[in-house]
Amino acid sequence: MTTDIQAPRSPYTRAPRKGGINWEKWGWIYMRVSGLILVVLIFGHLFVNLMVGEGVNALNFAFVAGKLSSPFWQVWDVVMLWLALIHGGNGMRTLVNDYATNARTRRILTGAILAAVVVLTVLGTLVVYTFDPCPAGQPADLLPLFCQAS
Amino acid sequence: MPQKTAGTLSYQQRTTSRRPAGTLYRGREGMWSWVLHRITGVAIFFFLLVHILDTALVRVSPEAYNAVISTYQTPLMGLGEVALVAAIVFHAFNGLRIILIDFWTPKYHRAMFYVVIALWVITMLAFAPRHLINVFSH
Repeated sequence: MTTDIQAPRSPYTRAPRKGGINWEKWGWIYMRVSGLILVVLIFGHLFVNLMVGEGVNALNFAFVAGKLSSPFWQVWDVVMLWLALIHGGNGMRTLVNDYATNARTRRILTGAILAAVVVLTVLGTLVVYTFDPCPAGQPADLLPLFCQAS
Repeated sequence: MPQKTAGTLSYQQRTTSRRPAGTLYRGREGMWSWVLHRITGVAIFFFLLVHILDTALVRVSPEAYNAVISTYQTPLMGLGEVALVAAIVFHAFNGLRIILIDFWTPKYHRAMFYVVIALWVITMLAFAPRHLINVFSH
């Protein structure tokens, strides 16, 4: 194998890619596309949960049960969960690649980020889609009002 | 290229490389927006991990969820929520600035940083007083 030694001060060039999927490019695109959607989803989330009515003081089980019994907020929350966790996990991967100089450390940290992202995505999705807003045997004053109807 | 005297050479003219490196991220507004984007990003990521776990308590019992969420309604955590929203709003607006730099033009990246700061101040003025009144009048 020969190595080309370039003339001094020649402009920076990239090594040619060997083909296959350019994952770093798609990661770069993902950060921008998901970021754009997340601005809308998270600003909406913060507005409804912290600005409307009594804001943070209104948050309790009944409030969340009211929201998660609507398919609109189920989809909103699950899309936000997936986009945000993968966006955050990929961002943390960038920092690990920048600051962890040891290959082993880098593998361990990237693995830990991947594990956290996978576990929390699965947990969050299960919580949203297996959630019962009117669990049996719970005090009625903690449940949303519509639980009393039946 | 017009010749200039040594005293008035710009940074880019003094450097020996043909293509000056790091014009977007080295120094001044470009660098500070990058630093803040990283710090706020890490803070938001760790909050997100905790926030998914606390919300998952709705699946355990109403009491468990209410017990944890009531700690978010204390004055100390109320101030923490202002810091969290401040981090999210900066990260969001600076992220839009990065998208504009990448897909539109890097020409106005400094001016856009001050637009980000201005929008951040306006958003925080709309959020912080209302939120703090909610927290401290509870």
